[in-house]
Amino acid sequence: MKKTIKKPVLSIGPFHPLQEEMEYFQLTLDGEIVTDIDMRISYNHRGIEKISETLQFDQVPFLVSRICGICSASHPLAYVRAVEELASVKVPERALYVRTIITELERIHSHILWAGLAGHFIGYDTVFMWAWKYREPVLDLLEEITGNRNNYGNVKVGGCREDIPNELKPKILKEMDEIAKKMDMLIKAILDDPILHARLKGVGILKNDDAIKYAVAGPTARASNVAIDVRADDPYGEYSELDWNVIVRPEGDVFAKVVVRLLETLEAVKIIRQALKKIPDGPVAVEVKEIPPGEAVGHVEAPRGETFHYVRSDGGNRPVRHKARAPSYVNVPSFKASCIGQHIADVTITLAAVDPCYSCTERLAVVDGHNNITHDYEELLRLSREKTARIMREA
Amino acid sequence: MNQEELNKKISEIKDKLIGYEQPLANRIYLSCEAENSYALNKFLFEDVPLRFVIATGIDSEDCFEILYHYAYDQTGCVVTLKTFIRDRENPSVESISPFLPAAEWIERELHDLLGIEIKNHPDMRRLILADDWPEGVYPHRKEAKK
Repeated sequence: MKKTIKKPVLSIGPFHPLQEEMEYFQLTLDGEIVTDIDMRISYNHRGIEKISETLQFDQVPFLVSRICGICSASHPLAYVRAVEELASVKVPERALYVRTIITELERIHSHILWAGLAGHFIGYDTVFMWAWKYREPVLDLLEEITGNRNNYGNVKVGGCREDIPNELKPKILKEMDEIAKKMDMLIKAILDDPILHARLKGVGILKNDDAIKYAVAGPTARASNVAIDVRADDPYGEYSELDWNVIVRPEGDVFAKVVVRLLETLEAVKIIRQALKKIPDGPVAVEVKEIPPGEAVGHVEAPRGETFHYVRSDGGNRPVRHKARAPSYVNVPSFKASCIGQHIADVTITLAAVDPCYSCTERLAVVDGHNNITHDYEELLRLSREKTARIMREA
Repeated sequence: MNQEELNKKISEIKDKLIGYEQPLANRIYLSCEAENSYALNKFLFEDVPLRFVIATGIDSEDCFEILYHYAYDQTGCVVTLKTFIRDRENPSVESISPFLPAAEWIERELHDLLGIEIKNHPDMRRLILADDWPEGVYPHRKEAKK
């Protein structure tokens, strides 16, 4: 009787009590090394592109801001950019500044959220608690400006729905000072910590040529020496008028991605400070009566990378076709390149490092050849934190 | 390359195109027939080279269109290759995933939502549709009812 030895398969997902969003990963292991990865998505598929065809042009921003909770400024902005390009709309300058400020506030709270999650996955729960605490005043600011902590509903075809009142400027500037101080402290703590170096350097490397083959975007690309950033490459808002840097690292590992996101938060603070100084008076919207037939594209730099929308019109009041591409759509498949060859204890942090638009890493389970769960999510998290603890002991 | 040099580079394949539009300096729309899709995509990704962004599938009543979107980040140019698939009964196009892994998912999605056959795709399976979604019902086709 021939005995087939089945390779252990690690199943992650799709539903778990700790999970906010659903995805399913299946990793094949050889001992403790990942040799292959398969992904299944679409548990949260809502048919947004099809729904867009039933809405009028000015209703679509409300729909697409709900594609994602923490990139909810970028999807509507990419969409209206496409429509404004189609209809040759000249958006008032003040509106461009308001859009820039809100987009950068979102980048700050999104990156800080991610820093907290990354800390959580490797067992630095103090980082988790503090990061999410520092994030709160940014959400409060967004609520004061737009009425909501997420799903701002601020962008519309032709400009913005709400203005940033000038009286709010000192408060925003004060909060930027606070954020800059906290980020400086976090950055120093992380960049100087030898345990974090040992834990994150050389882990989950995405090589430059893989980054290009998988067409990744955002910090995932910039941490692998692919110097792309829509704000610099195809400027919108007023990014070309402001002084800021695109952060690029060559190493491609998790540590590089951490550095890129933390430094980008400081750049976002710089951008907001300048935008508040330079923002001119004036209207925040122009009225757009008709969308002519045609097609156009709009893209912006969301916290996770390029968000790209395509819109086609036949001159009616609804889009004939609306394509929405989130950055995670290209970043997640790159797991194939960055996870293979990794140790099982590094899987959670490698998956988290592309900052996918869901906490996919929460659903981790290892099953043996008979589909019995040998390691569940808690066990894998424990392995990840144990590795950190081991490094600390040996340091 | 600046934008002018990019325009010149792209014009190297103009004999395979059935249309060329540049409504803005940094927005180029190329049109081609489905049989030239593979060669043109390979040229755009490998020879120019451009960064692949995504593909959009459209049911245009008398044909299907696949719009392959690319970016040239040095000039902020978006280059869209519109591929026309004239055969509505058996729509098909050659997969570009063998040289462009980034296209794997979107080609699976085009198959799911529009029913376009992607020839020689390295891993053709459902991406978007649920396991129990019926075969032959393509949600993005115009005739698809709720």
